[in-house]
Amino acid sequence: MRIARLLDRWLLPLYVALAVLYLALPVLIMILFSFNDPSGRSNISWRGFSLESWFDPLGQPGLAEAVTTSLLVALLATLVATGLGVLIGLALVRHRFRGRSSINLLIFLPMSTPEIVLGVSLLTLFLASTQYAFVPQGTFFPLGFHTILIAHIMFNISYVVVTMRARLQGFPQHLEEAAMDLGANEWTTFWRVTFPLILPGVMAAALLAFSLSIDDYVITVFTSGQATTFPLYIYGSQQRGIPVQVNVVGTIIFLVAVGMVALSTFVQRRQRPDPVEAAEVAGGRS
Amino acid sequence: MSWFRRHPTATAYLLLAPGIAYLAIFYLYPTLQMFLVSLWTGTAEGGYQLTFNFGIYPQALAQYSDHFLRSLLYGAIATLLTFLIGFPLAYFIAFRGGRFKSLLLFLVIAPFFTSFLLRTLSWRIIFADQGLALGPLKDLGLLPDEFRLTATPIAVIAGITYNFLPFMTLPLYVALEKIPPSLQEAAEDLYAGTWQRLRRVTFPLALPGIFAGTLLTFIPAVGDFVNAELLGSPQSQMIGNVIQARFLRVSDYPTGAALSFILMAAILVGVFIYARLVGTEELTGGTS
Repeated sequence: MRIARLLDRWLLPLYVALAVLYLALPVLIMILFSFNDPSGRSNISWRGFSLESWFDPLGQPGLAEAVTTSLLVALLATLVATGLGVLIGLALVRHRFRGRSSINLLIFLPMSTPEIVLGVSLLTLFLASTQYAFVPQGTFFPLGFHTILIAHIMFNISYVVVTMRARLQGFPQHLEEAAMDLGANEWTTFWRVTFPLILPGVMAAALLAFSLSIDDYVITVFTSGQATTFPLYIYGSQQRGIPVQVNVVGTIIFLVAVGMVALSTFVQRRQRPDPVEAAEVAGGRS
Repeated sequence: MSWFRRHPTATAYLLLAPGIAYLAIFYLYPTLQMFLVSLWTGTAEGGYQLTFNFGIYPQALAQYSDHFLRSLLYGAIATLLTFLIGFPLAYFIAFRGGRFKSLLLFLVIAPFFTSFLLRTLSWRIIFADQGLALGPLKDLGLLPDEFRLTATPIAVIAGITYNFLPFMTLPLYVALEKIPPSLQEAAEDLYAGTWQRLRRVTFPLALPGIFAGTLLTFIPAVGDFVNAELLGSPQSQMIGNVIQARFLRVSDYPTGAALSFILMAAILVGVFIYARLVGTEELTGGTS
């Protein structure tokens, strides 16, 4: 009993502190090494503190283009995948229809397929498309920005649907009915009632899609051709020696992502009580 | 009444159509295409024809059986390690997190906001021969000077374990969080010791989380090639490294497609058997 108490009171919290440190360690190392003296060939050993790379974060040949490509792909893929995924999420949560278990399975499968298989199967589609007469020449080949975008939209859809499905459970559908009973048409009801209610979920899904997209290496490497994204740039430069600027860009992406999550949590906490509570009061459930 | 309200089923299909069509064209069909490409014969220069060369399957399996076995082994060890590391962590956050719950959860997912590659490269810095982990131990004389972690299977497994730890911890947390504290208190009132309480109450109720966490960790771990490439050596290459090299270095598409198809089929069969064994029906997360 005494040992159990000791374990519970001291060892478990100590363990959790160590585990959190373990999770954070590589991130801290990445940030620390963004302040490394850039004089050496590769950024593996510590040579001294320097702010040089922070004043010139994109000062490496090709790095600016790679970061721009990554941002553009992530932005467009997030927009399209969120649009498609939100519609599927709405259909799954709010409608009864035949074949919903097949749809659920189709959503689940891409997430349970190793990334390498997703990348390879898309590449085989692009390769084989040159043999099909009905696919115009140049649709997929040469691979590039457009094929990366196709791939990113594909793997993001499932994650958006799953996020939306979780957020849409318990959606106060009677509020829409109320709006329509008061004479609002579908369009007005969607934008004035439905959309504000699902917005936090849409934001969460979009954030997830964006962060998955900007970080993807495995699927991108199979679908990129000559185009280069930020992860491809990192991988390509690790044989030559990684420039310190890569850590600077990585740190900036990390800080922006953390800031966005903090912001969306804050917005959600402020927003959530109003519509949901109002809905519950209106529904007489409270 | 408007058309949409009178035809709810048609509305559902309209909502589904664009996204499902996209997945059919760019997920389902490519899987079939991958199978067809594996049956091609030819060369990258001379072009490929579909010749239904099923012989490639036994041939590829025989040639790369070591890589398959290594992938399964590394994936299994890493999954076990993420469970051992992640369970106490998830347990603490779920039951003892208190007002630090959100912060702790955030710290678990925070690594995801950093590039997967940069995190793995950070481990290369940490594991370096005179780096953060080995340098002090060598200086103290606890390890021989020639001892190294980089380019060993240990480094590869450690990298995979690290990278997929949140995938194990989060589902475990979600499952544990749903267990009412009263059940654990009841076990204690009935004189169950800590271990008995864990084994008879907490573990069985956390089973859906263990199931989800194992799948979310094991599947990407088996298919991973980045950790083996950045932290390993040619002797610790996994099946993902072979597939990547077949496609992107030597343009041997049929072998790469066959290996990839075997990997996918093996995982699907494994998931199916596992789902039957564990008996979880929430596999697809569907709300039936």
